Amino acid sequence: MVERELKKRTTPQKEEPEVVEDAPATAARGEKLKAEIDDMLDEIDEVLEENAEEFVRNYVQKGGE
Amino acid sequence: MAIAKILGAETEYGIQVAGNPEANPTVASSVLVNAYAAEVARRVSWDFEDESPGRDARGFTVDGAMPPEVETHLANTVLTNGARLYVDHAHPEYSTPECASPLELLTHDRAGELVLVRAMAAARRALAPGEEIVVYKNNSDGKGNSYGAHENYLVDREVPFGRLAREVTAHLVTRQVYTGSGKVGCELEGGPRAAFEITQRADFFEEAIGLETTLKRPIVNTRDEPHCDATKYRRLHVICGDANLAEVATFLKVGVTALVLLLVEDGALTGRELVLAHPVAAMRAVSHDLSLAEPLELVSGETITAIGLQWELYDVARKYAEERGLAELGPEAVGRQVLERWEAVLAGLESDPASLRHQLDWVAKRELVDAYCARHDCGLDDHRVAVLDLQYHDMRPARSLFARLDMDTLVEAGAVEQATTNAPRDTRAYFRGECLKRFPSAIVSANWDSIVFDVGEDALRRVPMMEPSRGSASHVDTLFDGCGSAAELLRRLGA
Repeated sequence: MVERELKKRTTPQKEEPEVVEDAPATAARGEKLKAEIDDMLDEIDEVLEENAEEFVRNYVQKGGE
Repeated sequence: MAIAKILGAETEYGIQVAGNPEANPTVASSVLVNAYAAEVARRVSWDFEDESPGRDARGFTVDGAMPPEVETHLANTVLTNGARLYVDHAHPEYSTPECASPLELLTHDRAGELVLVRAMAAARRALAPGEEIVVYKNNSDGKGNSYGAHENYLVDREVPFGRLAREVTAHLVTRQVYTGSGKVGCELEGGPRAAFEITQRADFFEEAIGLETTLKRPIVNTRDEPHCDATKYRRLHVICGDANLAEVATFLKVGVTALVLLLVEDGALTGRELVLAHPVAAMRAVSHDLSLAEPLELVSGETITAIGLQWELYDVARKYAEERGLAELGPEAVGRQVLERWEAVLAGLESDPASLRHQLDWVAKRELVDAYCARHDCGLDDHRVAVLDLQYHDMRPARSLFARLDMDTLVEAGAVEQATTNAPRDTRAYFRGECLKRFPSAIVSANWDSIVFDVGEDALRRVPMMEPSRGSASHVDTLFDGCGSAAELLRRLGA
């Protein structure tokens, strides 16, 4: 079973059909990605620890393994 | 000869008491483990009978180099899923039960995260208002202190250890391109401070091979402590990996390494010798090279990139799989999934690493850091970026940055939930877990290769479990069927 199914893919599948997008579609996708990143950063700004300098200074780990 | 890859992972979590920087981390770790044991799990202690961390796979025992530290006063529990939750020095540590496939190990590694999340919640209820114990699944405090994420692989004892070490080293060095968890700021003396690095751990490795785990850490660790029949098996203890949160990264780290070990066991690496001339320097070079193009020198004098070396291993592995299957990695689909994901990730790293932002930790963190710096117009040396780096690994769901990055998953949430209480069915962990579920009050202690029972007789009874694949559901379910007591179980075992 394994052998047969694996044999089908002896060459790396690098020749995926090329999708040609027109410029507006690409731009729209770029805008969408940017909006997603902005939303993510808004959320991260909300949950990020305050007093960054002190927080980082206090994070000390000794001993282990 | 290749044998079934029984796998395990041990993760030391970073720990901090919010609002109390002076808090003792060992005490905090004990509070955490005890809170989980008291509130969620039943308490059965660990048995140290079999521990011998000083034994060396190269054939000698190092006296005094590493005294066994029997810290019985510290919290130490065995869970019904067959895992061990305990305090290792100054960290809480979760050791998964023995798993029969890389996908199962991923599931149990994720279950361990859930156990720690619940332990934090349980500890909060036990602590004074305002105090909170927080754990981080990372490997460095950014100040030169590192703690481990170790992997364990069962290998055939017949394979000479010298050959095993020689053949696996180049893989351990070059797999960093997908196993890294990313880090801001190099921790090498004299290294570039404000830099982004692929792995958390590479800066801490100083030797190619050796017994240590805390000083002069070696890429190949020689600890010879199989926790099973030592005449048949070794447990390869891999200490140079990062703890991963990304499921794809964990799956590849364990899956590809297990597959490469099959190639080593079967002597399948017969092409050009993939042995690095300077493995320690290469370890750091790969971790520091975001272009992924750094040439690494082989003993032959030729050079190859990390991705190039991984492609050569992949080609051998694919041919090997076509010829004889990958039954040693568990269900048929899992071996195929390892190969497919490995190929896809190498292709992604080659063409556009950013395309892997939902699959690999270091790529996700790098994209996050870059976007943050662009928005706030700051550099990598900004304190807020250091917070970002730490908080990526914060295990509190409300604070975790990782949880906000919409990462790809490979296992169902329901399976992870199940794995917090149920052991893998195809290894001896099943017998351990079922005994703990059914007869907790009759079990005095347990460890990887035995369980000690007290059934009210004069002597305690130890049941050895020296075969990691025995004690599975198919072996012992009939034994448990209709068995009302531990005494009855021991009678049926003929113990």
